Amino acid sequence: MQNSEMVLQMSNICKAFNQNSVLEHVDFELNKGEVHALMGGNGAGKSTLMKILTGIYQKDSGKICIDGSEVQIEKPQDSLAHGIAMIFQEFSVIPALTVAQNVFLNRELKKSNGLIDDKAMIRKTKDILDELKVDINPKSLVSELGTGYWQMTEIAKAVSQNAKILIMDEPTSALTQHETEILFDLINNLKNKGISIIYISHRMDEIYKVSDRITVLRDGKHIMTAESSNLSMDNLVEHIVGKNMENAFTWKERHIAKDKPPALKVKDLKSGSKVNGVSFDLYQGEILGIAGLMGSGRSELVRTLFGVDPLDGGEIIMNGTQLSIKKPKDAIQAGFALIPEDRRIQGLVLDHNVRENIILPILNKVSSRQFIKYDKLDHISEALVKKLNIKTDSIFKRASLLSGGNQQKIVFAKWLASEPNILLLDEPTSGVDIGAKSEIIEIVRELADSGKSIIVISSELQELLAFADRIIVLNNGIVTKELERQDIESEEQLEQAVQGL
Amino acid sequence: MSTSESNLNVKRRALGLNTDWRQYIVYFAFVVVFILFSITLHDDGFLTAGNLLNIVRQTAIIAIMAVAMTFVISAAEIDLSVGSIVALSSLTTALALQANLGLLGAVIAGLGTGLLVGLINGLLVTKVGIPSFLVTLAMMGLVSGVAMWITDTEPVTILDETYVAIFGSGNLGAIPSLLIWLLVIVTIGHILLRKATFGRRTLATGGNQSAARFSGINVARIKLYALMGSGLMAGLAGMLYAGRMHSGRFTFGTGDELSVIAAVILGGTSLFGGVGTVIGTVVGAFLIGVINNGLIIMGLDVSQQMIIKGLIIILAVAFGKKQLSN
Ligand SMILES: Nc1ncnc2c1ncn2[C@@H]1O[C@H](COP(=O)(O)OP(=O)(O)OP(=O)(O)O)[C@@H](O)[C@H]1O
Ligand SMILES: [Mg+2]
Repeated sequence: MQNSEMVLQMSNICKAFNQNSVLEHVDFELNKGEVHALMGGNGAGKSTLMKILTGIYQKDSGKICIDGSEVQIEKPQDSLAHGIAMIFQEFSVIPALTVAQNVFLNRELKKSNGLIDDKAMIRKTKDILDELKVDINPKSLVSELGTGYWQMTEIAKAVSQNAKILIMDEPTSALTQHETEILFDLINNLKNKGISIIYISHRMDEIYKVSDRITVLRDGKHIMTAESSNLSMDNLVEHIVGKNMENAFTWKERHIAKDKPPALKVKDLKSGSKVNGVSFDLYQGEILGIAGLMGSGRSELVRTLFGVDPLDGGEIIMNGTQLSIKKPKDAIQAGFALIPEDRRIQGLVLDHNVRENIILPILNKVSSRQFIKYDKLDHISEALVKKLNIKTDSIFKRASLLSGGNQQKIVFAKWLASEPNILLLDEPTSGVDIGAKSEIIEIVRELADSGKSIIVISSELQELLAFADRIIVLNNGIVTKELERQDIESEEQLEQAVQGL
Repeated sequence: MSTSESNLNVKRRALGLNTDWRQYIVYFAFVVVFILFSITLHDDGFLTAGNLLNIVRQTAIIAIMAVAMTFVISAAEIDLSVGSIVALSSLTTALALQANLGLLGAVIAGLGTGLLVGLINGLLVTKVGIPSFLVTLAMMGLVSGVAMWITDTEPVTILDETYVAIFGSGNLGAIPSLLIWLLVIVTIGHILLRKATFGRRTLATGGNQSAARFSGINVARIKLYALMGSGLMAGLAGMLYAGRMHSGRFTFGTGDELSVIAAVILGGTSLFGGVGTVIGTVVGAFLIGVINNGLIIMGLDVSQQMIIKGLIIILAVAFGKKQLSN
């Protein structure tokens, strides 16, 4: 590293929520112009540490120094004043305003007569965007841009506020491959400007691409900090999980009986403009992977099967009988379960507790004459929490208080409780840590072994290759390729099929 | 998690320590206000059985509507038409009795009026997709108009003694029939919200409509039922007004929607949906009732009462908001 001037030093940070210790004597340092990855399992305390830095939570003890002198951060404004900005996962831009209006939101430039000076704001925004080498028109409405650019608008906003430290918490989870690459270029430009970045992600390949140093937290404790170039991936994983995790992503060949008719036959399925005639078979006990670029109609396909999106044509045949699926309830009754792609919007009632979320799809099963049998539910919920290793102090904890990965596991638990025959998994491991990811892969395999059929969508090809028996590639709402898993030799081969090469 | 830890959690939950204390503020406020009035207004007869029964009578009807409104607000909707339904159903009930349709005819007329308006509200919200705020605001005007029009603003007297005894004027021993009605409705409402699948589905719908839909819940039906329930209970409230006042009148229930909504919000139900409590609602209604009563005893006039009621609502909503941002 050319530049090792320390801009941020957090030392001995402790934090507990109602006696549950979440951070214990954590140290974290950040140099000027450095990208420092913060890694750790779900619930390790990464987001909490960052929320302390941004004044959303208060530390119980410890010290925060910026540029060598101690600072008190009591509210978000304090942290902004010290040049710290967080790029939120839940975007904080306003879609109805233009890029320039968002960048200068609440700090509008004014003309001498007191009215807003749009021209100046557009000019300044353009300067910033040029400097960051981002190709967006400051005059375009944010709502007309892809979500990847929403994030860039936020980054531009932070830079215009003279932020020296940017925090990105799982920034790529909503980005396409292409947008991710643009983001990484942008990160490089930010570094060159001397801005430091704290980068949180569960995706190993990304971490090695962007970070200079890596710090690992586990169970609220600082485990290690090392230069990325001196740390092997296996080693890193071992630090995160706390045990050796070799073979987590190795594919195991499974035998699928295809002499019987398929468990699910989909013929020429059409829905809206995104699904334009998809046909495939799914056999009992099979794990079928769906690959494709963002916008290729993958999510829409499973949503149509589940009755969320309208079925405009085609047939869905389960074990020989044609189904009429008009709403999710029909699909659930037929034995489908869908783990939707956006857990915050589609998966969870965040204000309700773990148990209340888990029971939603099984209300009918655990009630007699409309009365819910809560004791039975407690057992089911406790068992699922245990089975999926969900980190929560009780089944009565509010879902919003759990870490991101653990929230995803609740969505999983919710649908396992309904004991479906066919599971539709849309990005089931997004935001889930590497340990939990391999657990989920293992659970999916077990479910398939027990005779359930599974359709899984994933943008992480490595993961798809780890458990799919067969993979179909979607492009513009039609199947462009079908590959048996044993015929795929490398991730590159699949990548090329996805890109349509 | 170890067993001792989970036991500890269960205990703490039972004591309400793990939950936000603001949910319980209404109970606390009720006790404080009650004790305060008991001391300061003791000599003015606040604590006499007569006055306490008076509070019950004045509050019961609002509380009954508020129980149903709890479901509507829990589902993240609102019903502004309840006050106007009260007026219309008091009149249809009285007219049915006047036309000698008998007790059953009166019940069908009164409840039917409420259910019908609730059904129209519900269908406009779920099928046509108009926000409930607008639908019920329009319906409030429309139904009030109908109530004034059907008898040309004339009151309709009720002479049927059995009717008035059952619906609002009579007593069972020392217990006013209004209190019995209230207990029945509260019990049903509480069980429906806490123990039945309908309540869970209502809270899920209000908490996150999209997640509820993905979970197979028919959110449109939940909202329809909640609005129908609210209409039905407003219909019952109109019948109770009619029984208590021995007549049907277009002025009954005017402004009640405010008291009803205030009771629900004061009780701890979230104006943004997803969190609701029937017991809290009832305590909220009684808190308003006790304050009203105390102010009357103190000799404050209607205008001063209204000002104080307005202030209470603002305080309640401010607390509700704080709960959300935490
Ligand atoms: N406001 C809160 N009240 C109680 N517990 C909390 C609160 N916020 C976080 N926690 C708990 O603190 C722990 C750490 O959570 P945090 O969100 O920091 O994890 P994380 O490392 O960001 O995980 P992930 O990778 O899953 O996002 C979790 O067990 C979580 O349940
Ligand atoms: Mg996190």
